[in-house]
Amino acid sequence: MNKWKLIMLVALAVLTMGVLAACGNAPNETENEEKETKNEANASEETSEETELSGPVSIDGSSTVLPIMEYVTYEYNQAHPEVEAVLNSSGSGGGFKKSTVGEIDFSNSSRPIKDEEKAQAEENGITLHEIEVAYDGLSVVVSQENDFVESLTVDQLKQIFLADGSATKWSDLNPDWPEEDIIIYSPGHDSGTFDYWNEVILEENPMREGENTTLSEDDNTLVTGVKSDPYAIGYFGYAYYIENENTLKALAIDNGDGNPIKPSGETIQDNSYSPLSRPLFTYVNVDSLKEKPQVYDFAKFTIENAGAAAESVGYVALPEEKYQEQLDEIKELAGK
Amino acid sequence: MTQQINISQIKGRVTRNKIYKGIFILAISLAMLALATLLYRILSQGLGYLSIDFLKNYPAPYIEEAGIFAGLMGSVFMMCITAPVSIILGVSTALYLEEYATQNRFTRFIQVNVQNLAGIPSIVFGLLGLTLFVYLLAMGYTLIAGALTMSLLVLPVIVVASQEAIRSVPKEIREASIAMGATKWQTIWRIVLPASIPGIITGAILALSRAIGETAPPLIIVGAAAAIYTIPDSFLSKYTVMPIQIYSWTARPQEEWQFVAAAGIIVLLAILLCMNAVAVWIRNKFQKRY
Repeated sequence: MNKWKLIMLVALAVLTMGVLAACGNAPNETENEEKETKNEANASEETSEETELSGPVSIDGSSTVLPIMEYVTYEYNQAHPEVEAVLNSSGSGGGFKKSTVGEIDFSNSSRPIKDEEKAQAEENGITLHEIEVAYDGLSVVVSQENDFVESLTVDQLKQIFLADGSATKWSDLNPDWPEEDIIIYSPGHDSGTFDYWNEVILEENPMREGENTTLSEDDNTLVTGVKSDPYAIGYFGYAYYIENENTLKALAIDNGDGNPIKPSGETIQDNSYSPLSRPLFTYVNVDSLKEKPQVYDFAKFTIENAGAAAESVGYVALPEEKYQEQLDEIKELAGK
Repeated sequence: MTQQINISQIKGRVTRNKIYKGIFILAISLAMLALATLLYRILSQGLGYLSIDFLKNYPAPYIEEAGIFAGLMGSVFMMCITAPVSIILGVSTALYLEEYATQNRFTRFIQVNVQNLAGIPSIVFGLLGLTLFVYLLAMGYTLIAGALTMSLLVLPVIVVASQEAIRSVPKEIREASIAMGATKWQTIWRIVLPASIPGIITGAILALSRAIGETAPPLIIVGAAAAIYTIPDSFLSKYTVMPIQIYSWTARPQEEWQFVAAAGIIVLLAILLCMNAVAVWIRNKFQKRY
């Protein structure tokens, strides 16, 4: 009796495995077929200007840059399905941890590489070449329901966000404003966005924390928090502001020259939205660039398409000549 | 006089009974309400985006073309490795602890640690997987490294569940088996294991459901991809899994991606439901009455 049940159970297990394997295999085959037909199509379309590319391209790093690179890898995959582009998202710092030991070809970052990361790379005999893919304007936002503040100076931002800053109520900044606590929403300490804020606004001083402060790695959490509270203030990437334009209000930022400027495509691109417009990067491993043709090709493709990618996912493209310059740079680096 | 006291006592008990009943009904309706809200939101947001193409497509920057195929296949393949590894290791451990190990300080120490392991945050297992499989055993950021990390994650739960199942097999039938002249191994293989299979499988499937659903933090560490355009063809392939895909969609600024994520969640829920249904079915099928 028991034996029979055991046999039945084994049979069941085998069956399940079989079904799973079948499920796994069937799409696999059709996929391969699809790929083959795609390859043929590509082969017939493409003239002999390029040799057939294949092999892996590994990309990791900032989640801010992720949407741009996803656009690029997707389009690249359409053109070269036999190149295995794999895109990960472990944050700017996480990306550099891998790229400085040579594990990956591209390291996306929403901030420039730090000196200690550069030193780490040198120690391992690795050179990383910086490519700017787009601009982002860190937008300082309040809720649409907030009807008293339109612009802030950098000094006022410091008073709000610094741990030893003097403003905890809106009335501390301007006696005409309501006497209500300022509720802060900020990206968490692991994000490149916080790193940039830390550099240009906090200047490496500790940020206000604890009461009335919410930190989150998820920008959508910050958006939700700010839009529902007229006394809240937060900052995050421009794309998140644009998507929530009708519930959020971006503040004009005065860089100390008495001329507050709101973030927009133009002010971010021409850098007049200062100091909060920032470039977004990907760092390519120079050895990969030289030795792996698919990495060079991917880098070229990235630069050529980064502008369109940036626009389509809510960032701001660089001026055309900037892309051209960078294209020339990697051509020279790769010796082509 | 005495009768009156009795009646008022009974009345008190009846009211208390009613109050507690009310509290319990309230408790379950709160839980059901939360579940219903979740399901309603997910279904109303995601159903419109669910289609055959969604199941067949790879991640894409365009909402109409985005799909969960890579994640779905990655999750299935990962389960194909994680399930056998964790079940074989887990049941063996449980058998050793319950049947062979003598009760001394050392086994108690192991017991307590296994139970503690079941409560450790998954990210810690991710870090362990990174050091052990990715670096030390030089597997790199591959399917096998991810799957083994997941096995570690669910192993303690399977061990504890299997132990409970084995322990619940009545002593009498073991003794009967041994009295008939069966060896210890024969008793385990022919009597104890078949009798405890419902409990073991139920525990194992619930543990694996955890692995398939709640895996984003450890798997990001061991390198599951955010966007990938191939499905695994060997143990050493790069891979992604459903929760990572869903996570990367929910983090987008554009609101429509939340709906795509909801569609992904529906697929994930469907798979979880199937796994749990199998668990219930096995339990009923092999249930023994002693």
